[in-house]
Amino acid sequence: MYQLLYNFTGDVIISTIVVALIPLTIILIYALFAIWLERKVSAHMQDRLGPMRTGWHGWLQTIADMIKMIQKEDTIAAEADKKLFNIAPVLVFTGSFAAYAAIPFSSALIGSEIEVGLFYIVAISSLVVVGILMAGWASNNKYSLLGAMRSAAQIVSYEIPTALVVLTMVMYTGTFSLTKISEMQTPYFWNWNILGGPEFGITKFLLIPFMIVAASIMFISTLAEVNRTPFDIPEAESELVAGYFTEYSGMKWGMFMLAEYANMLAVSAVVSILFFGGYQSPFGYLGNLLNIKWLIPFEQIFWFLLKGLILVFVQMWLRWTLPRLRVDQLMTVCWKYLIPYAVVNLIFVGIISLL
Amino acid sequence: MALKTETMILNMGPQHPSTHGVLRLELELEGELIKNVKPHIGYLHRCFEKHAEAMTYPQVIPYTDRMDYLASMYNNFGYVLAVEKLLGIQVPERVEYIRVIMGELQRIASHLVAIGTYGLDIGAFTPFLYCFRDREKILSLFEMTCGARLLYNYMWIGGLSHDIHPDFVRLTKEFIKSFRPTIDELNYLLSYNKIFIERTANIGVLPLDTAINYGVTGPVLRGSGLAFDLRKNEPYSIYDRFDFDIPVGKGLMGTVGDCWDRYYVRVQEMEQSLRIIEQAIDQIPEGDVQAAIPKRIKPPKGTVYFRVENPRGELGYFIISDGSPNPFRVKVRAPSFVNLEVLGELCKGHLVADVVAILGSIDIVLGEVDR
Repeated sequence: MYQLLYNFTGDVIISTIVVALIPLTIILIYALFAIWLERKVSAHMQDRLGPMRTGWHGWLQTIADMIKMIQKEDTIAAEADKKLFNIAPVLVFTGSFAAYAAIPFSSALIGSEIEVGLFYIVAISSLVVVGILMAGWASNNKYSLLGAMRSAAQIVSYEIPTALVVLTMVMYTGTFSLTKISEMQTPYFWNWNILGGPEFGITKFLLIPFMIVAASIMFISTLAEVNRTPFDIPEAESELVAGYFTEYSGMKWGMFMLAEYANMLAVSAVVSILFFGGYQSPFGYLGNLLNIKWLIPFEQIFWFLLKGLILVFVQMWLRWTLPRLRVDQLMTVCWKYLIPYAVVNLIFVGIISLL
Repeated sequence: MALKTETMILNMGPQHPSTHGVLRLELELEGELIKNVKPHIGYLHRCFEKHAEAMTYPQVIPYTDRMDYLASMYNNFGYVLAVEKLLGIQVPERVEYIRVIMGELQRIASHLVAIGTYGLDIGAFTPFLYCFRDREKILSLFEMTCGARLLYNYMWIGGLSHDIHPDFVRLTKEFIKSFRPTIDELNYLLSYNKIFIERTANIGVLPLDTAINYGVTGPVLRGSGLAFDLRKNEPYSIYDRFDFDIPVGKGLMGTVGDCWDRYYVRVQEMEQSLRIIEQAIDQIPEGDVQAAIPKRIKPPKGTVYFRVENPRGELGYFIISDGSPNPFRVKVRAPSFVNLEVLGELCKGHLVADVVAILGSIDIVLGEVDR
């Protein structure tokens, strides 16, 4: 993408800005949509209608909320550490936004085609922890501090099962590059990694149960990393009011929300790339059928966003169904169940791949 | 050199999403572990008892509505029974039946709020709205009867403010029919949910002897395993005519007397209330809804203590009459107030998240705690 633009414009700065703006636009539009979707999903699950007044079925509601949020006074508590307080939301958003640099939306649309994309995403998403801790500390509020501590403990712990599953997949595919992993799972859903990958043979069928376990572990631990129910302990409303962003208002609060929704899509994207074929279509391409080559990248974007949004929908579905775990139970789930299973799974996948 | 450490004091409330009103809890924390809990009450004190002294007997009824605002009907019920006992009057059969039906509907409505908000405390948002959907149906039954949805002022000394609507019996039967399946739905969604059980079973265990020593009543006491229900043990009104069971905590998911037990007692009580209503609704006799009582109510000199089983426990009214139209003294034994005192005992050694779970399982209404 960058190379293409560079060849076209011949200017480093313009092509960099354009490349950076495309994922940002996608995130912003997606966040507007996802917040609306969350409200509608929760409403229909709870026997209500949700926003109905602004536009058709309230589709303008998030935009109206955004306008309200921008107008709001930006309050900073007198006792708060102003510098850290202001940096924190930016840092949190940067962490989740930076992950998009390496996510291939289609074979043509990718911010930066780095060889170690997967590694980069795992690393950069940890930046969020720093921001959260900063927010909790700078707010000078006990609830915020407790929320931030919980969050840091949670995200750091759950990175281990995530990393183990990522390791499994890297071992299986032999590459860190997200584009290559996506390319391997050529169109048609039976080639997806969750169904044992593209190679037909006995190993494919042996791998299926282990891949399902790996995908489940990955999904659960990413759920914890983005602080969604049943792991939304850092922002547990009934205990800690709003956790680390209790003291924030206006657009800074908006940035935390934006980061949360951006994170949801980012982790869903990683799960879908690792296990569900990424941007590959499950049924082959219309572009190939009609012999229109330029159609294929657009189809890929469609499939990628669809898969991402389905996983985001599952996250919402869980949120509005399940209660919340307690802090120690959360750690139990991670250390006693997910990590051992992930390790065993890693070994088995390794043995099967050797066959 | 050892690091100097000290415990952290965290003020939970008076504005906090899960203190169920304006309760302030002073938590002494070591990390997230509770060392001590001090409840501070009084933010909603409205001098009910003092006010009552300046009112005539019927004028006190609207004030009783405002104590436990989730169970207004039952507060009326207790008060009018106490005054009627003082006056020594007998109310018509029809009134008795309607009062029991209203009381039990109120019990269901109150427990629905308790269960729904308990889910909310644990982090499950959806059951809350399911509960409120059903509560709404009960509230419209009340609205149809007396025009009010929260504070009814419905039961009057010697009778009722209004007779029931002609459609009331049919609609109540419809409600019973539609409500039974939703209890099962609620159970599958919340009560038997693995995470919910993990959060509530073996948490805040209240042994029976501690419960009795603290004087707790209602579902909190029954959750600890004692089948004590004033409707059965000391039947008032016409409760002795109905066939129903007293659900008690059995420790199905953990220890007897844990949060889950207290929660589940409420779920089962709703089913029992449905049974009572079902039996009563077909037997409502024809007749007047007001007994012949003097226009100015002047009870003879004397004292009375009357207790009823409110959704939260034993609601007692102690009234001293000096023979004038105003009560000399009205003292309320509020179940929430007594039940709240056991909180400190239950919370010790648990985590912050458990305080919310324990407080929710005690189910207090601050309007009644502070009065």
